Amino acid sequence: MTAIAPPSERLWWKHPLDRVEGLWLAIAFVWCMVMFFMMVYWHMYGAQNLSTETYKTTPELFTTKTQAMVDQYTVRTELDGAYPVVAPPPGSDVYMIARLWNFWPILQLEKDQTYRLHLTSMDYNHGFSLQPANINIQIVPGYEHVVTVTPNQSGTYSVVCNEYCGIGHHTMVGRIYVK
Amino acid sequence: MSIATTYRTCPRSGLQFESQAEKLMLANAVAAVVFLLIGGILAIGVVLTRWPSIHWLEADTFYKVLTAHGIDMLIFWIIFFEIAVLYFCSSTLLRCRIATPKIAWAAFALMVVGAVMNNVAVYQGGSSVMMTSYVPMMAAPSFYLGLILFAVGALVACFVFLGTLVVAKAEKTYQGSVPLVTFGAITATIIAVFTIVSGAIILVPTYLLSIGVIDAVDPLVYRTIWWAFGHSSQQINVSAHISIWYAVAAIVFGARPMSERVSRGAFLLYILFLQLASAHHLLADPGVSTEWKVVNTSYFMYFAVLASMIHGLTVPGAIEVAQRQKGYNKGLFEWLRKAPWGNPSFSGVFIAIVGFGFLGGISGVMMGTEQLNLIIHNTIYVPGHFHATVVIGTTLSFMALTYFLIPVLFKRETIAPKLAQWQPYLFGLSMYGFCLVMMGAGTLGVSRRHWDMAFQGAALAYEWPGAAYMMMGLVGVFGIAAIAGGAIYIYVTVGSLLWGKKLDGGTVSDRTTPVPPTAPAAAVQTYGSSRMVAPGSFVLALIFLAAFVLYYFINWKYLSQLWGLS
Repeated sequence: MTAIAPPSERLWWKHPLDRVEGLWLAIAFVWCMVMFFMMVYWHMYGAQNLSTETYKTTPELFTTKTQAMVDQYTVRTELDGAYPVVAPPPGSDVYMIARLWNFWPILQLEKDQTYRLHLTSMDYNHGFSLQPANINIQIVPGYEHVVTVTPNQSGTYSVVCNEYCGIGHHTMVGRIYVK
Repeated sequence: MSIATTYRTCPRSGLQFESQAEKLMLANAVAAVVFLLIGGILAIGVVLTRWPSIHWLEADTFYKVLTAHGIDMLIFWIIFFEIAVLYFCSSTLLRCRIATPKIAWAAFALMVVGAVMNNVAVYQGGSSVMMTSYVPMMAAPSFYLGLILFAVGALVACFVFLGTLVVAKAEKTYQGSVPLVTFGAITATIIAVFTIVSGAIILVPTYLLSIGVIDAVDPLVYRTIWWAFGHSSQQINVSAHISIWYAVAAIVFGARPMSERVSRGAFLLYILFLQLASAHHLLADPGVSTEWKVVNTSYFMYFAVLASMIHGLTVPGAIEVAQRQKGYNKGLFEWLRKAPWGNPSFSGVFIAIVGFGFLGGISGVMMGTEQLNLIIHNTIYVPGHFHATVVIGTTLSFMALTYFLIPVLFKRETIAPKLAQWQPYLFGLSMYGFCLVMMGAGTLGVSRRHWDMAFQGAALAYEWPGAAYMMMGLVGVFGIAAIAGGAIYIYVTVGSLLWGKKLDGGTVSDRTTPVPPTAPAAAVQTYGSSRMVAPGSFVLALIFLAAFVLYYFINWKYLSQLWGLS
């Protein structure tokens, strides 16, 4: 009978499928498999895969490493000295602190060079949303995430926090220059 | 065994309502609509603040309103209504008394207390932590306690539902297997139990943290377990609203499932696979391995996607078969053209099916693809996606079912039937627009849960492209239209309940009339036919697949232009 009554055939599970259903089932299954292989394929041949390199960290430890980079590679400051602009050499480890409510420091990278970008939060969860490229990564306190990045276009990029982090959330924007 | 209760046979639908179950359904449905009303009023604040040229509320009020909107809609409205649906699918469809009505009332009371406590905590300020309440950002203890009490109530209600199934079996009120719709409700309940237990595992320690009993909850562990709760709860909705699709197809068209085996198998896939797919919320997180992400999102999630794709064919397919048997046999789509588009139960469900598949389903797979998640995570694309699933899919299906329940369960004539006819179109189609422009703005990177896209007061502000502003303006326009559609639903429902003409409740008996056994249909054997019994639905499914495939690869193309990441 209908879907709101018990099935009239007691052995309903023995009935063969309708052709429409069988065909669709096969097509849908194949498509799901294509989507599965696409992810694996991209890991082998694609250029955009998120690193999973992660370490436990503390605010003190991460601040020390970031400060060392700032002391060594600052090329100028912006906004009356509030933000050092740091230009570490290609291939090096670069650090960006996310905290209520800014990203620190400003980084200056070179186009088509690769960097190991370390991200963590000093307090709450934050979001690393690189605009206008539109790359979005979660920043979780206590975890240092190392993402290998290769900027492919020069310009001024903004890092918008896109994980809600309190009343000043909308003011939390950082910057990365690519030369 | 005789228990002092009565059974009413509705003269309009033939359904039989046990008096205790009927009152419980009514109470839960009314509580649901109250929270929909609150959530809807809050939505005005959210929408008018995110509309850049209006930017109505102050930041602290906005985040408070957004937190309450999310919880009231996603948790309280939907779960109260689902409890009513569970009692309907057990007691009413199986024609038995509800198990332990007193405990069911206690569950209801717990849910009401929890929901009110949580709402009060949010409005008091200091608990603007969003629905996800990620630690270490903390809310007031009563915020968590409210959620925990509500969850305990919901869990008890799930067991009342399961107990009612036992009653039906023991008292032999039906023969053979439970109806497909009840089967769907069972899957929803099993997922609900898993969900609520996951919620308890993470919310109880967080509550203890908030009152100072324990020192810390790891933020990443919190996210992982919270999503086992947060995502699975959406899966309860999917199981529930797809059950409603089958129910409405049966009620409006007398449709039977194309094959019980396929439809039930698809429900089973939800139980087996979707909870695990909650991993797709962590694709942009540190600390979880690639293999874990790929296995959880592809192997597990795609089997759930497969299940949804099956229902996406079999629900319209069942309607098509029923319509063709009535003689609407011309061409591919006469069955659809001649469908009762003026019946809000049908139009609501149909708009829900199409929107859930094309907008909610496809966008969900994009977000759930490991690499593609990088261009979507935490952008406003995400609320665009879940408004398509839980508003167009779940809420609109609940609304459609309500129009059937007003005369049948409430025993009232619908006031303003013309308005009710238009409501699914206004609400559903404006939500289509709303979701599309949110996904558009999200594709340009606009953040979700963000008070000011102009970054007022930021030292290093970013300028969004004009198109992003335009789309956020359209979010406002479509949002207001959808809120108007929601208001009409509440007006019609509450108005009918209060002022609608009273209808005859039907004969009352102190004994149940068991579900009559149905003889196998000898004349029309649609099972296992080798013909294409539903070619129109098949063509619709192929159109869906073409849209899916095209959009999927467009997103890969977009991804390939980003910075290199490894």
